[in-house]
Amino acid sequence: MVRPGAARRIRGLSDRTLAWLFITPTIVLLLAINIFPLLWTIYLSFTNYRANRANVPTIWLGADWYQSILTDPDIWAAMQVTAHFVIWTVVIETVLGFGLAYLIDKKFRGHGLWTTIILLPMMLSPAVVGNFWTFLYQPQIGLFNYVVAFFTGRDASSFQMLGDVTLSPWAIVIVDAWMWTPYVMLICLAGLRSIPDYIYEAAEVDRASKWRQFWSITLPMALPFIMLAVLFRGIENFKMFDMVNLLTGGGPGSTTEVASITLKRAAFESWRTGYSSAFAIILFVTVFGLANIYVKALNKVKSR
Amino acid sequence: MKRTLRSFVVACGVVVSAFGVGAGTTPAQAQGKTITLCWAAWDPANALVELSKDFTAKSGIGMKFEFVPWTNYADRFLNELNSHGSLCDLIIGDSQWIGGAAENGQYVKLNDFFKKEGISMDDYMPATVVGYSEWPKNTPNYWALPAMGDAVGWTYRRDWFARPDVQKDFKAKYGRDLAVPKTLDELRDIAQFFQGREIDGKKVYGASIYTERGSEGITMGVSNYLYDYGFKYDDPKKPYAMDGFVNSASAVKGLEAYRELYKCCTPPGASNSYMSEGLDAFKSGQVALQMNFFAFFPGLYKDPNVGGDKIGFFVNPAGPAAQATQLGGQGISVVSYSKNQAEALQYIKWFSGGDVQKKWWALGGYSCAKSVLNDPSFPNSAPFAKEFLQSMGMVVDFWAEPSYAQLLQAEQKRVHDYVVADKGTAQEALDGLVKDWKAIFKEEGKKF
Repeated sequence: MVRPGAARRIRGLSDRTLAWLFITPTIVLLLAINIFPLLWTIYLSFTNYRANRANVPTIWLGADWYQSILTDPDIWAAMQVTAHFVIWTVVIETVLGFGLAYLIDKKFRGHGLWTTIILLPMMLSPAVVGNFWTFLYQPQIGLFNYVVAFFTGRDASSFQMLGDVTLSPWAIVIVDAWMWTPYVMLICLAGLRSIPDYIYEAAEVDRASKWRQFWSITLPMALPFIMLAVLFRGIENFKMFDMVNLLTGGGPGSTTEVASITLKRAAFESWRTGYSSAFAIILFVTVFGLANIYVKALNKVKSR
Repeated sequence: MKRTLRSFVVACGVVVSAFGVGAGTTPAQAQGKTITLCWAAWDPANALVELSKDFTAKSGIGMKFEFVPWTNYADRFLNELNSHGSLCDLIIGDSQWIGGAAENGQYVKLNDFFKKEGISMDDYMPATVVGYSEWPKNTPNYWALPAMGDAVGWTYRRDWFARPDVQKDFKAKYGRDLAVPKTLDELRDIAQFFQGREIDGKKVYGASIYTERGSEGITMGVSNYLYDYGFKYDDPKKPYAMDGFVNSASAVKGLEAYRELYKCCTPPGASNSYMSEGLDAFKSGQVALQMNFFAFFPGLYKDPNVGGDKIGFFVNPAGPAAQATQLGGQGISVVSYSKNQAEALQYIKWFSGGDVQKKWWALGGYSCAKSVLNDPSFPNSAPFAKEFLQSMGMVVDFWAEPSYAQLLQAEQKRVHDYVVADKGTAQEALDGLVKDWKAIFKEEGKKF
């Protein structure tokens, strides 16, 4: 309820002024929280600045950090590890997520309960999931090793999921897929539920087989949703830090050292602020560039 | 309904106020004098809380404690210092932080204060003064009072060693009695002997050693081998000259020996193990030997399952070139951003007192004061006191340079790559380490 005086004052404002009044706080917040830090990071990336040595004069280095990062084999190794992690998690989560959504979409008895059970992992905190899976992977008492040993006849303590250079990247992929497949499933389910029933009814009239219906109706119509899920998971996993840090800390050796772990070490352990700013900008440009290309493809699919 | 809700809120307020006044506030706090001490969350910190009650009683200054688990300790407090935070009036910071904290103006320089109050660094064990207080090293510039002496030592299952069947098997295999190892080779033999052995119907393993990748674990572990094999951080005659010292042929052998111990004799899944994982392995009866810091030994001795007569302690055994061990421990410093520096200094003065240092040791803290450590009764004052004293006489510390974190990360990566991830050779790992460290020092503007 607006008081008469206030109403008169608001009535005296033009639509444009009102619009500015509403938008200004958002713009100020955006500038303060997003734009200013981004510009400041870009500036720092050209300097020798270290956050722990504020008393040392800041020197302009030009593109030195960018050059040294882009020619550093360790950085390229970290990018490779990241790419491996992103590709495999996205592929597995998309296939499994869509499969689960397809099953859940067929309204069977108790499907609501199953949906809730499937969604549980993504509701947990990554910290909890990391610690939980560390125990599951424990060679002597871990359930995961026990199950694998049971089915393969191996000794449970003969393989180390987190300590073996070959297995540890897959150990992380398994945990991420376990946690985030339900998320992909939810998005795919929304896509499947958005397909109108009459299309299937028309296909039935035309005597199209279930297989034909899947390839000609279900998959093409759900594709924009699947691609959206791929985009979200791709971006998220490119930035993945917490789970990897908890499970392996980047080890054994540097086998699971994804880019975000390298960045964290440079920024908050070595305090090489300028260097890590440059690395952060490179990662940002990479994700932003790839995401833009992908969104263009997504828009093409949607417009079909 | 509203009245009921209001009554409930008022009642809650009364209860909270009662607790606030009755339990949470000391007389000193009522006067508004309270200082905060920051440290890691572990057994010695609990002992310090107990000890500090005497300070509050004597001075009327209240004490608050900010204890952070070891896994977050460095991140949390270095963030605090670098952001010029005034949360901590006093900080018990890691020995490696001294260089950075001194050069970045984060700690108060204590020389004038020590002089005024008659506190002499000659009253403390030399290794602790160099390790915890001085920057630059071996110069009389003091940034902390040695507070918590610590070093890496070993624990063993005395009860397993004493079993006639075990002794008989060991003698048959190695031709000597099963006893506390004097050399690293003997240690490996013992660990190998216990690896996979069945004791009381349970499969046990040889040794728990440091292999952690994320922070400093494997460096703190492997150093105990490297020092004993002849590794040196740099040329004693030419600072920062590392070729032939870090990657000498004997240092390479030391790294190979550590890897051999990891491969042959650690429990499955010990690829990322540090202080707490070692304690877990030992307390749960998995291993015969454990590498860990002395600070944990009082707690282990009290453990109902593996403590008392079941546990024994020994110093890091000798290698072919030397007998040394990795320094742990910390000094106590006044944070330069603190608004309560006078009270914080008062605490340091009180803490340096002879009786306080004695009580500190009695409660489970490790005093660095000569008056405590050189007391004739000290070696018998605890089951691990003799070994602690011996260890403090042979400690070596990691770089304490302002760039120590970068130097540490480089070693973590190189060493973990070789020891745990089977990447390359020991020679390649140490050559790579020299290359990394040179690049870091070059970036720092050091000449070598």
